[in-house]
Amino acid sequence: MTPDQPATWLLGRFGVSSLAILPAIENPTTSELVAAGAALAVILGAIGGIAFITWLGAWRTLWCDWLTSTDHKRIGIMYIVLALVMMARGVLEGAVMRSQQAFGLNGGFLTPEHFSELFSTHGTIMIFFVAMPLIIGLANYIIPLQIGARDMSFPVMNQISLGLTATGAALVMISLLLGKFSTGGWSAYPPYTGTDFNPGPGPDYWIWSIVLAGIGTTLSGINFAVTIFKERAPGMTLFRMPLFTWTLICASIIMVFALPPLTVAALMLAADRYLDFHFFTNDLGGNMMNFVNLFWLFGHPEVYLLVIPAYGVFSETISTFSGKKLYGYSSLVYATMSIAVLSFTVWLHHFFTMGQSANVNIVFGIASMCIAVPTGVKIYDWMATIFRGRIRMTVPMIYALGFFYLFVIGGLTGVMLANPTISYQVHNTLFLVAHFHNVIIPGVVFGLMSGYHYWFPKAFGFRLHEGWGRVTAFLWIFGFSFTFFPLYALGFMGMPRRSASYTDPAFEPLMLVALFGAALIVSALGALLIQLWVSIRKRESLAVPLGDPWNGRTLEWSISSPPPSYNFAVLPQVEDQDDFADAKAKGRAYQEPDAYEDIVMPNNTSLGIVICIASTFLGLALVFHIWWLAILSAGGIIVAFIARTFVLSTTHVIPADEIAAEHRAWLAQVRAAKSITRDMETSSANHGLASLELPVLAGVER
Amino acid sequence: MKHPILHPGLNLGPHHGEAHEQAETLAFGFWVFLMSDFIIFGLAFATYVTMANPMGLAGGPGPKEAYDLTSVFAQTIILLSSSLSFGMASLAMRFERGRGAVTFWLSVTLLLGLAFLFLEVRDFAHMIDIGAVPSRSGFLSAFWGLVPLHALHVAAGCLWIMIMIIQMRGFGMISLVKTRIVRLGLFWHFLDLIWIGVFTIVYLGGLAS
Repeated sequence: MTPDQPATWLLGRFGVSSLAILPAIENPTTSELVAAGAALAVILGAIGGIAFITWLGAWRTLWCDWLTSTDHKRIGIMYIVLALVMMARGVLEGAVMRSQQAFGLNGGFLTPEHFSELFSTHGTIMIFFVAMPLIIGLANYIIPLQIGARDMSFPVMNQISLGLTATGAALVMISLLLGKFSTGGWSAYPPYTGTDFNPGPGPDYWIWSIVLAGIGTTLSGINFAVTIFKERAPGMTLFRMPLFTWTLICASIIMVFALPPLTVAALMLAADRYLDFHFFTNDLGGNMMNFVNLFWLFGHPEVYLLVIPAYGVFSETISTFSGKKLYGYSSLVYATMSIAVLSFTVWLHHFFTMGQSANVNIVFGIASMCIAVPTGVKIYDWMATIFRGRIRMTVPMIYALGFFYLFVIGGLTGVMLANPTISYQVHNTLFLVAHFHNVIIPGVVFGLMSGYHYWFPKAFGFRLHEGWGRVTAFLWIFGFSFTFFPLYALGFMGMPRRSASYTDPAFEPLMLVALFGAALIVSALGALLIQLWVSIRKRESLAVPLGDPWNGRTLEWSISSPPPSYNFAVLPQVEDQDDFADAKAKGRAYQEPDAYEDIVMPNNTSLGIVICIASTFLGLALVFHIWWLAILSAGGIIVAFIARTFVLSTTHVIPADEIAAEHRAWLAQVRAAKSITRDMETSSANHGLASLELPVLAGVER
Repeated sequence: MKHPILHPGLNLGPHHGEAHEQAETLAFGFWVFLMSDFIIFGLAFATYVTMANPMGLAGGPGPKEAYDLTSVFAQTIILLSSSLSFGMASLAMRFERGRGAVTFWLSVTLLLGLAFLFLEVRDFAHMIDIGAVPSRSGFLSAFWGLVPLHALHVAAGCLWIMIMIIQMRGFGMISLVKTRIVRLGLFWHFLDLIWIGVFTIVYLGGLAS
């Protein structure tokens, strides 16, 4: 107990010294000033956000149309907004770390503790609060549209998932203001993160943000799996599903089976820290290897959870922007499923050096190398799809090409690391850091960025500005290359990862190159924001209300942009793979149905936001040992949940007349519009109606 | 029109194809949740097994000092009987024997569940008395991480039964209530299954070694 604590029962171990800005006033070193600057940025960002919403007069809209919405499309957009906000922080943290290491010869400007905190939050944020919400957000938006459904199977649970993910993100953000986040890395190995070595609130922030967001992700996984298996439109057999939907089946299987190990590991660590258990302690029979196994039993499937949906996005964009059916559809499905299954059999390669016998290492090394086989199949399938296609070098294709070159390099260094003997040489060096950024940035980030560009017009009714999109894409590609290729060399030279400074001057030149790359990546983030700003300003000339700007092939392009809340006026009857392409070719598209029917849709509810707020308080109360608040907020969550089960009227009916009027108006717009060919795609003549372009080469299926 | 999917064990009426499809989605979703929960238990079991050795015991009380097989056997019988009584409740619902019959069998299940919890908590209290607490050793941590987790699930199940008894009174036997009871049944039988694992692996396995 410190003297600045007024009443322990009231505020737990929260005290004035927990405020992050004070140390900077008492002791204004660069390191403290950077921390205080980040805390100020959070405060100013929050005030700016509140002021902006007030200026727009949008509080009511925000509450009624967004925060309480059960519409999968709005929930998807909120996920993506959350992810982009967190990405801004994550990228800036990366840039600060690059700066520290660039000037880190015999020192630098950050303390080692601050540097440790940075790599811990950077990893945690980028995995759990950028990549995952981006994937879940895109999938939320797209999956029901691709399978011809009106919503997810469990719309309220979907809202709760978002609420819990936002809670986790909020806790990580609050850790900038109150107390400090963990210094134990994103994997938080005990005993370092145990009470003996880390009694402060840091590891507790990690535990509760991960546990709460993890539960949200598990629920998302259940929701996606059930939606895809149960809500498909008539005729949409499994092997007619678009590949993005297939990849989400694989990802949701991973969410359902791989998130529990993380929850178990984190809760056991919590039991060690809060209740004096001995799961992972050094003394009294604890065994930290159990944590390492549990964590990577989650951690490895997790990286495939991230990259598999990105493969799905590339499958969609490459096929669309090549104007061709996907080459080797079934082989892509089988390859994806193989990767999902194999992902559960390789976790031990994350700790080859931690004491297993050589034979065990070899088994996991070979299993790891096997994953390269289905991944290779996919790369060839995509290249064959491009071959002789009607190729347009739009932004998603630029990302796809960057992905081909860079991701293959990342995959090959992965095969190197899968060999335990090589792993012994380069483990814990920057080589490893270069490797996993090399798969995650060109794989996951490029995939999701191209998906953002590809589906943005579907969600908002106007395209993103093409020129700024290309600038962003090239800045990402070159920024990545300049930042991380030097790290491979530095790893071979022996530079350890996670170290704030070094003494070997030979590291410095390459570190400066990496800093230049980081500047390019920060510029990419800036260009992304400029693109959004410019696109909103020019939304009139970029408008594609008719819904099909790219001559799309799958069902989501067959409806207006943005889609109505019920998605489809009548549920589509699916007859083929790439059904909308088939429908356009055979004249089935844009037909008025014989009859319209009433549609039942879920009501709005405030359950998700109530759980979000209560669980944020729960997390904070647990971090600062404020027990009364913990009991109160946990009780609040349970009561809110039970009260919800007593609500009977959870749906409303949209009358058939209303739907008919909206749909007919849109069809009339479509008939009145002039369709455009692909060379006009990025011009302002594109209103979202595609001309049917017949194949020029005999025998090549379009 | 495709063949309507009928969820077995529910009498939602032959003319309510949509109700059956909804029931199917709800039940399937709950199965997926149970699979996820099953992984959590599986990992808790795995942790227990890796810690049931002299290293994990760390000189603290072991199975022979801490476990009372008679009490555990009684708990097993009680919990297995509660699955039977839940089965009777499901049958009463299936054959529309009225709200009274379903309430009766659910109440029997609830009482058996509470009796199980009572005995189990008594065992826990005994373990605390003899110093077999989680802070004593890794082995005991693994025990206290696993068995009370199951107890917590049973307590949640008991709360759920009470809510369903209230909702049957309040709403009548509407589809929503019926599908909730179906899912509650899955949950309850699942806990029985986990208990069989607890009984054999934790108690019998612990005492045999």
